[in-house]
Amino acid sequence: MDFISTHLLTTILFFPVLAALIILFIPGDQIKAIRWTALLSSLVPLGLSVWLWLSFSAGTAGFQFEEQYLWYEAIHSTFHVGVDGLSLTMVLLTTLLTPLAILASFNITDRVKPYMMLFLFLEMGMLGVFMALDLLIFFVFWEIGLVPMYFLINQWGSANRNYASLKFMIYTMGGSLGLLLAIQLLGVLFQTYDLQELTRLWNALPADAVILGLSVSTVKAVAFWAFVIAFAIKVPVWPFHTWLPDAHTEAPTAGSMLLAGVLLKLGAYGFLRLVLPLYPAQSAQFAGALAFLAVMAIIFGAFGSFGQTDFKRLVAYSSINHMGFVLLGIAAAAKAVGTLDATIALDGAVLQMFNHGLSAAGMFFLVGVIYERTHTRDLNKLGGLFPLVPVYGTILVFTSMASLGLPTLNGFVSEFMVVRGSFAILPVYTALAMIGLLMTGAYILKGIKQVLHGPLNEHWAHGEHKLTDINLREIIVMAPLMVLILVIGLWPMWILDVINKAMTMLF
Amino acid sequence: MQFPILSVIVFTPLVAALIIFLMNGERKNEIRVTALAAAVFALALSAWVYFSYDQSLAGYQLIEKYDWLPVLGISYHVGVDGMSTPLVLLTGLVMFTGVLISWGIDDRPREFFAFLFLLAGGVFGVFVALDLFMLFFFYEIAVFPMYLLIAIWGWKQTREYAAMKLTLYLFLGSVFALVGALAMYWQVGLNTGIYTFDMLAMEQVGAMAGMVTIFGYSIPFQVFWFLPVFLGFAILGGIFPFHNWSPDGHVAAPTAVSMFHAGVLMKLGAFAALRVGIMLLPEGAHYWQWVILGLATVNVVYGAFIAMIQKDLKYIIGFSSVSHMGLVVLGFATLTREGMVGAGLQMFSHGVMTALFFSAVGMVYDRAHTRQLAELGGMSKPLPWVAVAFIIGGLVSMGMPGFSGFVAEFPIFMGVWKTQWVVAIIASISIVITAAYILIAVRRAFFGELPAQFEGHIHPISVLDKVALVTLCAVMIALGVFPGLMAPLVELGVQNVLRLLGGA
Amino acid sequence: MSVNFLAILPEALMLLLGILILILDPLWKDEKRRLNLGWLTAGGLAAILVASILIGRPGAQSVLAWGGMVRFDMLAYAFKLFFIFAAAITALFMMDVDGISRRAESYVLLLAATIGMSLMASASDLVMLYLAIETTSIPLYVLAGFLLDDKKSTEAGFKYLLFGAMTSAILLYGLSLVYGFGGMTGFDDLAKQFASATPFSMGVLVLLIVGLGFKLSLAPFHFWAPDTYEGAPTPVAGFLSTASKAAGFAVLARLFITTFGSSAEQWQMILAILAVVTMTLGNLVALAQKNIKRLLAYSSISHAGYALMGVIAASTLGITSSVFYMLAYILTNLAAFGIIVAVGKTLGSDDIRAYDGLSRRSPYLALAMLIAFLSLSGMPPFGGFVAKFLVFFAAIQAGWTWLVVVGIINSIIGVYYYLTVMKYVYLYRTEGEDEAAHPILTTRPYLIAISVLTIGVVLVGTFFAPWFGLSTDAAASLFAGLMPK
Repeated sequence: MDFISTHLLTTILFFPVLAALIILFIPGDQIKAIRWTALLSSLVPLGLSVWLWLSFSAGTAGFQFEEQYLWYEAIHSTFHVGVDGLSLTMVLLTTLLTPLAILASFNITDRVKPYMMLFLFLEMGMLGVFMALDLLIFFVFWEIGLVPMYFLINQWGSANRNYASLKFMIYTMGGSLGLLLAIQLLGVLFQTYDLQELTRLWNALPADAVILGLSVSTVKAVAFWAFVIAFAIKVPVWPFHTWLPDAHTEAPTAGSMLLAGVLLKLGAYGFLRLVLPLYPAQSAQFAGALAFLAVMAIIFGAFGSFGQTDFKRLVAYSSINHMGFVLLGIAAAAKAVGTLDATIALDGAVLQMFNHGLSAAGMFFLVGVIYERTHTRDLNKLGGLFPLVPVYGTILVFTSMASLGLPTLNGFVSEFMVVRGSFAILPVYTALAMIGLLMTGAYILKGIKQVLHGPLNEHWAHGEHKLTDINLREIIVMAPLMVLILVIGLWPMWILDVINKAMTMLF
Repeated sequence: MQFPILSVIVFTPLVAALIIFLMNGERKNEIRVTALAAAVFALALSAWVYFSYDQSLAGYQLIEKYDWLPVLGISYHVGVDGMSTPLVLLTGLVMFTGVLISWGIDDRPREFFAFLFLLAGGVFGVFVALDLFMLFFFYEIAVFPMYLLIAIWGWKQTREYAAMKLTLYLFLGSVFALVGALAMYWQVGLNTGIYTFDMLAMEQVGAMAGMVTIFGYSIPFQVFWFLPVFLGFAILGGIFPFHNWSPDGHVAAPTAVSMFHAGVLMKLGAFAALRVGIMLLPEGAHYWQWVILGLATVNVVYGAFIAMIQKDLKYIIGFSSVSHMGLVVLGFATLTREGMVGAGLQMFSHGVMTALFFSAVGMVYDRAHTRQLAELGGMSKPLPWVAVAFIIGGLVSMGMPGFSGFVAEFPIFMGVWKTQWVVAIIASISIVITAAYILIAVRRAFFGELPAQFEGHIHPISVLDKVALVTLCAVMIALGVFPGLMAPLVELGVQNVLRLLGGA
Repeated sequence: MSVNFLAILPEALMLLLGILILILDPLWKDEKRRLNLGWLTAGGLAAILVASILIGRPGAQSVLAWGGMVRFDMLAYAFKLFFIFAAAITALFMMDVDGISRRAESYVLLLAATIGMSLMASASDLVMLYLAIETTSIPLYVLAGFLLDDKKSTEAGFKYLLFGAMTSAILLYGLSLVYGFGGMTGFDDLAKQFASATPFSMGVLVLLIVGLGFKLSLAPFHFWAPDTYEGAPTPVAGFLSTASKAAGFAVLARLFITTFGSSAEQWQMILAILAVVTMTLGNLVALAQKNIKRLLAYSSISHAGYALMGVIAASTLGITSSVFYMLAYILTNLAAFGIIVAVGKTLGSDDIRAYDGLSRRSPYLALAMLIAFLSLSGMPPFGGFVAKFLVFFAAIQAGWTWLVVVGIINSIIGVYYYLTVMKYVYLYRTEGEDEAAHPILTTRPYLIAISVLTIGVVLVGTFFAPWFGLSTDAAASLFAGLMPK
């Protein structure tokens, strides 16, 4: 116990690997054993992160639970992890969604062993990004996360999976190329990859210094954009978003849950953890451009979503729309660092990350539930299903409302805060974003209508195609999400307090 | 007296080759077991060397020196430093796994293993040589068995052409380097009065000073001789535009030989280019740095592009080797600490990786009798181990963090940043291209539908094969997760190089 | 023992051995016993070799003997050892060839030629030199044409004779000019007369080079070699290509370094050009050969080119390297020809295609062939590598870098055709035959010879210090005898 409490982060981080290794030695035909091992072992990091949350002292500045080990001395990189309020929230989100995703995957029967192992590796990759305090370690986990996701889509995805998975991989790797190069530049310049150290040195660089024969401001601007593009692709921000609908559409349900729930947050987290601290001046300078991209993401995401006839693509585009708000908040904060408005916008952005994680994971799961029964995602082939599946219908409406931003549910809180914060700083963009907000309502309602209401598609009412309602396992998956959606909607302070303190101390 | 471990390592394969040659050619299993025993012994010794290298002392260790031809200053002089120790381990690994993979060779296994071990002995000899003559001696020993191994046991369609091409290229390179080495000998004698092939003595600053007069122009000695020496060796490292032999050779060679070829032999070239080219002619290295940097960049990017358009699984890996070995040379050419540490690690990492790749491809080919991507598919179902191994190799190849490739490539790029950032940006393109072709190859060969003609014809791999695959994978992951296992060692080697380069 | 006795000890012993054979010849009528003639020759030569090593070794000083006719020095000593060794091995091989193996004449002629060669190596006087050369050549003409029933052999002998006679005349003319100019016949005395390079000395050198070039089969005086080698009994061809060539080198080195040391720049350039032509032509033509004996003939032409580099360097190291080269070359080339003896005998063909599947027929013979051919191509750990290394080494020291580059390019061509032959041996199969069931038949003398040669090739390539020491002593003795300028 003592070991765990002093090595809490590394335990959370590497427990999934341990579990994966255990699964490796379970014979492949013991499907039940593998499923339960995966599920139970993914509950351990969740439990530990709850412990982490409880023992976290929100009022203390800086990082907590820090651990630092020698890793790659030759290039001055150490294995340095730690959490602050921001990363803590994300860690909690990750450890929460992973068991749910695994539970959601209990219907997978094809090659369960590698599937579960990949999920656990994916969890490690994501957690690592959120915990890393060393730029190189950050990058390591950033890239590691890609691999399991690639194979999950490529192996367990639907018809067009090859194209989608390769696109996902190449987009993200191509995006991280700039990041990689910029990280190397930093490492070469300062002979360290420690995040705090780097932030200090990089910002202390005299403005008239010359790097690689170029002025500091040029280099910083280029490096800034290298970072931004890498994260923007991940978020994804318009116009780098095209991989996302494909990846989501083809991914297995649980893969989509984590993809939307956590992987997209990695990009936003990158903005908050790296871009803003490392490039305060550039961020402020280019805040307008970022805000423009964010608004475009909001509007195009919404319109794109509205135009879909595929249920899953609809939800996928909605992610672009929602993540746009996160970026809008970040852009606003970048423009006016330190003001109250900025802090509110940031709080909203971070909370929006958490909320979107909950609702998007839920939405994708629900799409998966209906897809599994009907084997179609085509909205035109569904319709009027509410009488057939009342429980499912209720849950879908509930989750959709969270996504839509209905007050008393969590989405409202965060989006309101983002808009409230950024309106004072970027009024025009925020006003434009309202168009997107409007459309959000439109596409969500369209989705609900086409699935649940309207004329009943008789095909699903009788015979072998008769639709069955959501089962207990699926309800168990949804229950924690719904509870949190409601709790945050009604009483957001428990989490906002942590976020707010973190944001105030960070910026 | 200290146990002469390095000599034992060098002579284990040679003696084993001799013993195998004297065995009855019909008793194939005995031959195989003998080969395996020798390989295990060599692996154990090389691991021992690796772990007994005292990092607190640095420098050259486990030195043995005996007179060979004292009149000319030729001695049998062996020792290892931080650069060569990992490569000795690598050779041990490849030898061990190579024997396991070759268990199924049924046509004259006696000759096969004997030649293979001759090759291995030559490779060990080069890695531990501290005498220039000895280095050449073993270098050539390592080259010629390749010809026979490829020509006799290779892929029927191209083996004769490829084997000859390979041998001639390598021989050409090495003899040009040899001329340079002889010139260096006389120059050292002229400057210091000591006529010796001892590289430790030749390393002395100023030993290579002097001028060469050619066509009436007076050129500093080191500048004149650097290119022939460096490029002569680098041919074996697959440097552009002399890389052409390499993919052909890979494709034609039998599995174990491909493993040796890409895994170890190409390192031999890079290693010798470093030892003789850069370490003995540092001024020349400074002078020609940009040329080498440029060539290596072409290697990296061009190799990746060509790999992308290949249809044959082995050609893909062959060209990817060209690309990756380009990174090694690129690392050397930076003449920086980071770049060279990375290059040293890349040599090891790439060696293990390609050994793994070629063994996996060999297993597929042995069963499907084709390597064309268009004809393969779904191999992960009958051969899950092979698929996983290939994927892990692919991840290493892509430079995915957590695997040894990343640990090696990252510092190389840092070094390039220090030297010329434009090159870093250009070379980095290869990372994405690599990801693309590896993923496509993995998907087309191992996933999708298993073609009907293979249904039921793909028999599973043996336990020995599995041992080989797991060993190689484990090494790559271990190094990727814990770079500290090897990086400090390489760094010690690099420090010596940098000292010779003038403390850069 | 007196210097005069020691100076010709091997020659005298060989003469005795020859007489002994002639005496025994009529006594051993039984066909089976007649093979003992071969054993006797080989054994006798081996004994002479041992005797020479034990008591015939000259001191560091080079001494003139027999009134200045011969020199008793390490150079002569080393070459004599080579010749005797080569003759012993050749005798063993000859025992394997029908039509030669049971004839006393063949062994006696071999001994006579060897005596001639030994005298060539030690000759220190123009007259002695010419006599020695003729003593060498005439028995060899006969040996080359020994197989009277074989048209090719007869043709070989005759061709060799014609070319030999003509170049012999040219050489004689050159020697007479030297005498006419210098008025003396001793090499050392003549050196004083040729103390400076003149157009005259140039002319003389050209004539001498033509004469010796025949012996060395340097291009463009090589025409006889391929035809002769192809037609002559294989062991004789091997002997011709090794010992006879080495004898030429001994003369070349001694005559040019001692007598024409002062006009070195003249002959160095001529020889350099000849070396380039020889190497290049030999290698290029060898590429096209389909008959293994012709291939080896051209390869041996090219090897003369490499070995010449050491002489061109004209330094102690240069001569050392040439001597060493000759040693390695004799071992290697004899081995190569030896294999042809056995294969030709069993399969009845010298076509390269006959070597298809040799490694399946006789793995160890194939291995020996591999070693010999790799050594010829200059690969370690065989003698050829060290030999090539040393000549390049010496040439670079003397500033002949361009010549070395030419040599390198040539050795790459060499690698190509040597390895091509190995492809037949190891890769190709004889159609419709189970080769393993039809091994190459070998006899005991043959196996002894091949084993000795193979081990020798490896020994020279790995433990080269003693051989190098011998070569250095030989070279040093040559320079020790020089008059201080």
